[in-house]
Amino acid sequence: MNRIIKIFSVAITLFFTTTIRAQDVAVLVQKVKAKLDVVNDYIADGTMKTDVSFIKAPIGQVKIYYKKPNQFKLKRDGGISILPKGGVTVNMSSIVSTNDFDVIPAGEEILNGIKTKKVKLLPRNDNSDVVITTMYIDEANLVICKAITTTKENGTYEIEMSYGKYINYGLPDKVVFGFNTKDYKMPKGVTLEFEDEDKATKDKMKNKKGKVEITYKNYTINKGIDDKVFK
Amino acid sequence: MSDIIKVRNLSKKFNQFTAVNDLSFTVANGDVYGFLGQNGAGKSTTMRMLLTLIQPTEGNIEMFGLPLHNNRNEILRQVGAVIEKPDVYKYLSAYENLKLFAKLSGIKISHQKLQQQLEVVGLADRANDKVKNFSQGMKQRLGIAIALVHNPALIVLDEPTNGLDPQGIADIRNLILHLSNNEGKTILVSSHLLSEIEQIATKVLIIDKGKKIIEDSAQSLFDPAQTIVEITTFDDVFARQQLLQSQWESAFQENRQNQIVLKIDRQKISVLHRDLVAMNIQLISLQPRHSLEDYFLQVTTGSQNVHQYIQ
Amino acid sequence: MWTLLQIELYKIFRRPRTYIAFAAITSLIAIVQLGLKVDGKEYADFVMADFKNSFSIDGNTLNGYFVCYILLQLLLVHVPLLIALIAADMISGEANGGTLRFLLTKPVSRFNFIMAKFLAATIYTIALLIWLAILALFVSMFIFGTGDMLLLKNSYVVQLQQDDIFWRYSGAFGFAALAMTTVAALGFFLSQFAENSIGPIVATMSVIIFFTILSTMSIPLFNLVKPYLFTTHMVSWKEFFDIRVDENNATIKGSIEHPERIVRSVAILAVHILLFVGASLFIFKKKDVLS
Repeated sequence: MNRIIKIFSVAITLFFTTTIRAQDVAVLVQKVKAKLDVVNDYIADGTMKTDVSFIKAPIGQVKIYYKKPNQFKLKRDGGISILPKGGVTVNMSSIVSTNDFDVIPAGEEILNGIKTKKVKLLPRNDNSDVVITTMYIDEANLVICKAITTTKENGTYEIEMSYGKYINYGLPDKVVFGFNTKDYKMPKGVTLEFEDEDKATKDKMKNKKGKVEITYKNYTINKGIDDKVFK
Repeated sequence: MSDIIKVRNLSKKFNQFTAVNDLSFTVANGDVYGFLGQNGAGKSTTMRMLLTLIQPTEGNIEMFGLPLHNNRNEILRQVGAVIEKPDVYKYLSAYENLKLFAKLSGIKISHQKLQQQLEVVGLADRANDKVKNFSQGMKQRLGIAIALVHNPALIVLDEPTNGLDPQGIADIRNLILHLSNNEGKTILVSSHLLSEIEQIATKVLIIDKGKKIIEDSAQSLFDPAQTIVEITTFDDVFARQQLLQSQWESAFQENRQNQIVLKIDRQKISVLHRDLVAMNIQLISLQPRHSLEDYFLQVTTGSQNVHQYIQ
Repeated sequence: MWTLLQIELYKIFRRPRTYIAFAAITSLIAIVQLGLKVDGKEYADFVMADFKNSFSIDGNTLNGYFVCYILLQLLLVHVPLLIALIAADMISGEANGGTLRFLLTKPVSRFNFIMAKFLAATIYTIALLIWLAILALFVSMFIFGTGDMLLLKNSYVVQLQQDDIFWRYSGAFGFAALAMTTVAALGFFLSQFAENSIGPIVATMSVIIFFTILSTMSIPLFNLVKPYLFTTHMVSWKEFFDIRVDENNATIKGSIEHPERIVRSVAILAVHILLFVGASLFIFKKKDVLS
């Protein structure tokens, strides 16, 4: 009996602790969201680097347009930009744009010397493409340092952000977007390339991890953007 | 440099077929040299060798006193030629063709001179018409204009009257006579028709199956008093030997396999007969030919006929 | 020699046949451009379907540079047929027309004659390529605009910056000129063996079609002979559009991934040209003209 009481009390204690913690982190997420909500729109200049084994792309100058709630546009100087599907927005506020998820605390972790709270977000909507998102939140500055999202369609992707001048708006200086890639192959009859790739190149192409890195130089915040830009 | 063409022991073999067989002849400056033979006798092949279109298998060709082999361009600068059909660029006009070939001959010719050349051959009024619309006769005349345009010393015409109507044939004949008499050109002209050569040539070479049958001045060949005599014996080698040591040596014509051909005064046939007997030559037949035409037809219509004739 | 060349060029460009090739290229390019202008998006989507599964591409991929690349890819396989039309006729056509014997009785050495004819065929080839460049590159740039170029290769995608493309096209067209000259040399070589132009033209086309099929098919047996076929090397102009990347996988502007492949192909094609022309000279010098 004693034993049962013991177990029960532990269970109750545990329950309350998690609930309390869950409430804590929910508040934290709301705070982060509130901070991001201050930004209605922004235009940012930056550079984009694509690091996918089978994509040879130059480092490009980009201009990024954002407007609440989820309008996002990336324009590249040469006119063409390649972005992984699913993580199109490369933008945090879209992740936390709804309140339709459960928040579960998952401990703390030091990321690049910054103490962060680890939080798991579970969408309540069963049809959501996102299965789970794990976020690392810098509690002191109320910004997201890292987010790992697992989707049904587009695999798992990872967003890492570092902050500088625009930390007060929750806008990062640098975003690294990591993702898994699928196989890529074009038939030789289409490309009319008769040479076989050497082995080193072939091996290199087998690397399935991809990365897109955007470094922001400056933001113009809340100056209004014409909707035409996003078309 | 009185000899324009000197050919010695010229032969051409195409695989097994001998087109020209040990042919020697000389064309002197100012000659209208008639090259007579059936189709396929080797006339064209010989002319092509003179023009470096075909490489001889054996033999020497000298033209203008120079070996042809080493002095091709220098010699050809002084030669104008039409070989077989006078084919030119059908998509160009008569004038354009003439100008193009004049340029190839390495000389600059004025517009007037070109126009004049077309007048000579009677094409001045068609100068700017495309050649594809020309008749055979007009093409032939244009071909001759092209052969003449760079004022060559030697003109080589291969069957120039082929495919022409009587008027065209007469025109060509007159043109050749004009070039020879008034412009002092040396002309080598071939034909398979004796009648044509007879009217223009100063010297005649008859060939058959690539071999020389006879070469002589037209004057003596066409002299009705001269007769060709064919002698058949049981021992040709002996007969030839004997005859070459006799007074008949100068009458000797080309040797054939089993015949000896002499050209003598008609009156002397009986003397020849007597001499043959005196020389102990065992005669099978002695056949006088009445005229060159008779003779030409006979030697050039195939050996079977000859044999029939002899028997 | 100069006079001879002038005469040969004069003959080439006075013939209606010469302009068939120019007309064919013009109409082909115009049709492709029209098609891409009207339905280009769908074409681009179709080509990139596989890639678009995992990536979203934003921007005008269908710009003039890309269109030119498509055109070159489509046309350079067929241009040899147009080259053969003239090159394989250079000598056989004269033999057939009977003009060869007229020409060769002129005080012109056969060496000069052959060289002038081959040079004329080469100039025709280059003129055809310049025309192709004007239409495929400059007109496409005018119609479709310019921008970065996104190319799908066998196993990877290349994005070239717009100011890093033009020189690549210059190189590609220069290379194509060499490749097409090889075809001209082959046709030219074959053209002396016949007295009609159909034979050599068909023979040249057949050789190219046959070799191209061998080059295209990835069958181990064929792979053995591939490196020795000049058709394999004729497509090396594409190497100009492959770029090197640095250790961060970012492209290095102005670089070429496999310059050694271009050098090797240039050498092989040049050797072919020398062989074909050398053999032509050797055979033609001794040839009896019987036409």
